[in-house]
Amino acid sequence: MTTRVGVVTFPGTLDDRDSLRAVRLAGAEPVSLWHRDKDLKQVDAVVLAGGFSYGDYLRAGAISRFSPVMETVIEQARAGMPVLGICNGFQILTESHLLPGAMLRNNHLHFICRDQKLRVENAETAWTADYEAGQEISVPLKNIDGRYVADERVLDELEAEGRVAFRYLDGNPNGSLRDIAGITNAEGNVVGLMPHPEHAVEPLIGTGRTDGLAFFTSVIKKLVTA
Amino acid sequence: MSLDTVKHATDTPDADQPWAELGLKEDEYARIREILGRRPTGAELAMYSVMWSEHCSYKSSKVHLKQFGDKAPENDAMLVGIGENAGVVDVGQGYAVTFKVESHNHPSYIEPYQGAATGVGGIVRDILAMGARPVAVVDPLRFGAADHPDTKRVLPGVVAGIGGYGNCLGLPNIGGEVVFDPCYQGNPLVNAGCIGVMKHEDIHLAQASGPGNKVILYGARTGGDGIGGVSVLASETFDATGPAKRPAVQVGDPFQEKLLIECTLEIFGEKLVAGIQDLGGAGLSCATSELASAGSGGMRVDLDTVPLRDATLSPEEILMSESQERMCAIVEPAKVARFLEICEKWDVIATVIGEVTEGERLEIFWHGEQIVDVPPRTVAHEGPVYHRPYARPEWQDALQADDAGKLPRPAGSAELREQVLKLVASPNQASKAWITDQYDRFVQGNTVLAQPEDAGMVRIDEKTNLGVAMATDGNGRYTKLDPYTGAQLALAESYRNVAASGARPLAVSDCLNFGSPEDPGVMWQFAEATRGLADACLKLGTPVTGGNVSLYNQTGDTAIHPTPVVAVLGVIDDVNRRTPIAFAEEGQLIYLLGDTKEEFGGSAWSQVIHDHLGGLPPAVDLDREKLLGEILISASRDGMIDAAHDLSDGGLVQAVVESCLRGGKGARLVVPDGLSAFTFLFSESAGRAIVSVPRSEELRFTDMCGARGLPVTRIGVVDGEEVEVQGEFTLPLAELKRAHEETIPALLV
Repeated sequence: MTTRVGVVTFPGTLDDRDSLRAVRLAGAEPVSLWHRDKDLKQVDAVVLAGGFSYGDYLRAGAISRFSPVMETVIEQARAGMPVLGICNGFQILTESHLLPGAMLRNNHLHFICRDQKLRVENAETAWTADYEAGQEISVPLKNIDGRYVADERVLDELEAEGRVAFRYLDGNPNGSLRDIAGITNAEGNVVGLMPHPEHAVEPLIGTGRTDGLAFFTSVIKKLVTA
Repeated sequence: MSLDTVKHATDTPDADQPWAELGLKEDEYARIREILGRRPTGAELAMYSVMWSEHCSYKSSKVHLKQFGDKAPENDAMLVGIGENAGVVDVGQGYAVTFKVESHNHPSYIEPYQGAATGVGGIVRDILAMGARPVAVVDPLRFGAADHPDTKRVLPGVVAGIGGYGNCLGLPNIGGEVVFDPCYQGNPLVNAGCIGVMKHEDIHLAQASGPGNKVILYGARTGGDGIGGVSVLASETFDATGPAKRPAVQVGDPFQEKLLIECTLEIFGEKLVAGIQDLGGAGLSCATSELASAGSGGMRVDLDTVPLRDATLSPEEILMSESQERMCAIVEPAKVARFLEICEKWDVIATVIGEVTEGERLEIFWHGEQIVDVPPRTVAHEGPVYHRPYARPEWQDALQADDAGKLPRPAGSAELREQVLKLVASPNQASKAWITDQYDRFVQGNTVLAQPEDAGMVRIDEKTNLGVAMATDGNGRYTKLDPYTGAQLALAESYRNVAASGARPLAVSDCLNFGSPEDPGVMWQFAEATRGLADACLKLGTPVTGGNVSLYNQTGDTAIHPTPVVAVLGVIDDVNRRTPIAFAEEGQLIYLLGDTKEEFGGSAWSQVIHDHLGGLPPAVDLDREKLLGEILISASRDGMIDAAHDLSDGGLVQAVVESCLRGGKGARLVVPDGLSAFTFLFSESAGRAIVSVPRSEELRFTDMCGARGLPVTRIGVVDGEEVEVQGEFTLPLAELKRAHEETIPALLV
């Protein structure tokens, strides 16, 4: 049976179609999910895509977290379903307390769009198993509220438990603490990051690299072997 | 204040009316009275004043713009031409592409962030209204001197506004320009372009037909922003003594626009609209009168049903409001329920505000009382037309006689090297990454090429790899020296850029930025530029499908350089065959295509080294441009070249440096026989490009050029980590990179 991966569309989500494409190119069946529906249509995993859900009004991710679809996503994530939050999706995951910390405005105060080199620190999560620990990848980064912060205790805990999943290389683009680009929960099923793997899945498009595809193949493999 | 109804207007023919304050001329006011057979009501006066403003009526430019139709080349690709929200061309495989460039110059000077943001919003709605999904935006920008303190206010605001709005809409920003020149100090040019894609059968037009059909206003509520923006902002010249005009600039909400896009596309998908128009300049006045005028003519609107942000707005203000993120659709009664349901799904407010009626009058009511009763054509399409006097300025001869060829040239290799470094570091030639990195170029996952490539390119079909490319170009310095030639050079460069990317140029949109039409010298520039552009479009076979005119870009008596910005849209059958600018493979051969002459008038060299503007711009040879384009496209399709870069401002050395930095590889160059190193590096002769050719393709490529009569000269090889001009100088890539990339951040951060 084909793995079904859902991608949620909130009002203001922008990269939903890109994430659906990435899921398809990785070999799974992409399923559109709507913010007003609690029903996850029996998907095996969920991607919260980038964008400006609810216009980022109040605070990025703050309103989406209360949408009907998130009730089910939070419940299922706690039960072990793989959930990936990209950019705005990462912000929604921290607002939902599925992941610790928060994103603040970039330290230079500008939107920044560029190719970003990352190191995969944890290659054992549901979304990173197809990478090798220490592998360097390059994927697009594009955000204005991308500076990851958490208190020292949380940061130490993340480091100690190997839950820093990705770190920025060749220059921290936004002042994120400890160069953190993405993190995972303790169980490894919920992963959030600011850069955009779904924009790096075809050789010709965007950066011209396919370094992001392994996110999606990882979760398929994980679900097939589970 | 009592309501100025039609009846009241009829009963009080001698009441004083503020027609002059609203920007109308005495004879224009008299004509309105003649059309109506009475004095206009306040609401009617508001409508006529905004719709007859320069911005909406093109009253000064119309007689010249006519040429774009009269001289249009035969072109089977044209599906919708000038006059609609945007032109539409056939790009094959059942797809149609709509595109257009517009200006938001005056608002962006007053309030850079919102001015630029709503410029993006407006052009995107124009594209959407044609039935298309917007797929990319571009932003040609011009500012005052890079080191002027006010540039530090205007530029970051404009860039943040474009990014803040466009990024939030999910539209990749794939191209444009950034130019600095003191002539734009008080009149920055903020142009915005958008490309949209649809299937042929999805084309929608702005017309209201079918009596009984409902008029639905949907999107944002109407507020007090932008009232009078069109007539006050777009048609007056800034001077130091005027009152603050900030409240006249609209405020944008990109989140609302994103919902409007998705909601509208779903509505199109279910074929629920008979006609549609976006609300831009002149708001409801424009949308209702244009829809009615282009349709059967009759429409009734109950203005008090319009959802408001501010309940105290008067009917005149509601008609003139330029609140953003609104659309107006004509819907058959049976489809209204489904229409409203889709709007509800997307949290978009939608209201039936009226219906199409029998007859030929636009009638607007306010709580049951009639405040407008006009023939809509007289508002929307039969505005005043001026034949403004024009005359070649007296200074033109002296300017052209001041030959840039006589300027002192570098005395030796060391000075030549120094000037190259100075050129690539100059604000106009420096890397604009600090600016373009504030725009999302990846969203939608179809971006094949984006700035700093010659043209932006997006894939429009994932299965067949069909794609479209767009470039925008304009050179105010060339156009000042010779408006006819300058406009042609703008087209030629844009055409060349598209061809260099591998796409076939198909059609043109233009944004014509000029000074005051009341100045005969400016009007002459406009007349010459439009004539040049129309002639060149005919010759190149690329019709103008639409565009925009922005006049009154001047401070006091001083106009900007005449600046026609030309966008060329191209199509490529397989985006895998696109050609980037990067020299990425060591050992590949670098060829120069075209002829290099002693042409320095208006050049970047003359500006950077001598702060000089004079002489004649480079000569135009459109047959040559066409041939060069064909060669570039064939070479791309048949895999003969791995990189191509057009030569324009800054000349050959600028292009070589950009291609080297982009690919991270150096180049060894040899000055061809018969040329001085100086001319080889800095001349801005048109009709040229450089390409990098794999050795295995060399013979095939040069044979093709030879057979078709295009001059081709081997000038070097991709190699090493420096740019070397043999016998002259060597510049390490690291040094060039620093020079090229550090200028803009240093000026603006």
